[in-house]
Amino acid sequence: MPIHEKSLIRPENLETHDNLVIDGVDVSGHWSTFIKTRVVSDYNETLQEEISALPGGEEIHRCWQCGSCTNACTVNEVNPDFNPRYWIYLIRMGMESELLRDKDIIWQCVSCNKCTYACPRDVFPEGVMKATAHWLERKGHTPKSPSTHFDEVFTEQVLKTGKIEESRTMRRFFARTKQKLLQPWMIEMVKQMINGLPVGMLTRMGLATLIAPRTSDWSKASAAMQEYIDEQHEKQEQALSLAELVETAKNDVAA
Amino acid sequence: MTTKDKYKKVAYYPGCALEGSGHSYNRSTKAVGKALGLDLVEVKNWNCCGAMEVKNVDPKLQTYLSSRVMSVAANEMDMDVVMAPCNGCYHNLKKAEYDLKNDSESVAVVDRLSKKAGHKTYESGQVETIHALDWIKDTIGEEGLAARVKNSLSGLKIANYYGCMYTRPRHIFPEKDKGPGSESTSKPHFMDDLLAAAGAENVDFPLKTACCGGAHTLSDSDISTKLVLNILKTAKLAGADVIATECPTCHSGLEMHQIRAEKTLGEKVDIKILYFTQLLGMALGLKAKKVGVHENISDSIKFLKAKGLG
Ligand code: SF4
Ligand code: SF4
Repeated sequence: MPIHEKSLIRPENLETHDNLVIDGVDVSGHWSTFIKTRVVSDYNETLQEEISALPGGEEIHRCWQCGSCTNACTVNEVNPDFNPRYWIYLIRMGMESELLRDKDIIWQCVSCNKCTYACPRDVFPEGVMKATAHWLERKGHTPKSPSTHFDEVFTEQVLKTGKIEESRTMRRFFARTKQKLLQPWMIEMVKQMINGLPVGMLTRMGLATLIAPRTSDWSKASAAMQEYIDEQHEKQEQALSLAELVETAKNDVAA
Repeated sequence: MTTKDKYKKVAYYPGCALEGSGHSYNRSTKAVGKALGLDLVEVKNWNCCGAMEVKNVDPKLQTYLSSRVMSVAANEMDMDVVMAPCNGCYHNLKKAEYDLKNDSESVAVVDRLSKKAGHKTYESGQVETIHALDWIKDTIGEEGLAARVKNSLSGLKIANYYGCMYTRPRHIFPEKDKGPGSESTSKPHFMDDLLAAAGAENVDFPLKTACCGGAHTLSDSDISTKLVLNILKTAKLAGADVIATECPTCHSGLEMHQIRAEKTLGEKVDIKILYFTQLLGMALGLKAKKVGVHENISDSIKFLKAKGLG
């Protein structure tokens, strides 16, 4: 018998009576709060398969629900709603609408792998978190998270030049996420950084932003990787039935 | 050849961060190597290992990027050990090694990409990847280091911070947790051992392998600031004046969010953040500038002078 845990004790599922008499017994006050009965009918039966089709989600079926991942989790300590074990449960049960309630925080996993270290079943919960965050984005439930933007900006630069020049990656990331680069704490940081640096060092840093470091003879590697990324993307779209979705939508519009 | 001899000349993979924000780690690693008579030969025309980002676009792409670095070291330079001081690089090379040994799909993807890119495919076992900590510990060791100390670190109270990627996930580090003499993934101690040999007093620091939120340092700064603040405060409470680091991402994360915590939360924690190679270098008699203390964001020069270092 599945335990529908948290979802059962949300305020909208509770019923409170000021005066309640059951079978002639007055149960007003403390004993007057009941959890409403509820029927879940909107299971997404392919949810687990979709998540396991994305990189990192492959081993989700191995989960035993022991809770070691959540217990060890860095983000859970800061935000108790961040609960990898619970999300794995919802995915395996196909309870998509419940999962969607937490859609805006799943991407916050910091990839510390404490969960992976603790998991007795080699589920690789860190990977499952990434797969789930990507699933949410690919299905259009959430916009691309800042983290995904950063990953993309970063990977584009590696593909282009073979190496990362940090300040450029940073500027592109801030531009793409439409944030102001010069936040007060950054200005303070740059001030402290420049303080005490010799002129030669500053020139070197300046040059690095102009002439980005590159790996030479990189174009063939770059092309091969881009081809591989596109291929994988295509496969995943199919697994998520996204092409079908788009097709159906088009037909609907046409009709 | 004993481990000692084998690590005396290694292929050096600094990685992208050590050419940018982590330049003082690069400088101090080279300076310490020189002072100890160890030979670093930089990997020719290296590329990014994929850091923490590429795997989120596709994990096998990261495996390929890391494998190319090992392929150059093995096939173009004839080296059998790669030393990476950055935890991210070290982690990714280890991960690639593990995947290429155990996962045939990864082998196929790496082979295909290597052929198209026009270089030899790296085969698992061709090189051994080590961290800067292994490098010093296994060549010079605590006794050797103690014998070479010119400026003892005595009087320095240090919290050793190893972060996530040096020990997790444990399956990619088969040489760890092998009993006495090996590194522990739950309570790492190699950095403690080396700094103690240089005279420092290591405090009992419970957050050695806590996460600084480095993966989201820019994309989710509030969480990173909270995590870093916790690390700084705990180190301070444990009695430390210095946090020793061994990873450029952790190091910059601690420095950046130390400032951000002060600016956005009004929480100032007065603790110095230094690379372990900077501390060792000064113990070996090098000047603060030689180990790049001036290149760190936070200013430790006065503090070190007061302790008779640098
Ligand atoms: S630690 Fe592993 S087995 Fe246990 S709940 Fe988490 S993912 Fe499932
Ligand atoms: S990797 Fe993510 S889910 Fe796992 S413990 Fe760290 S923050 Fe939590």
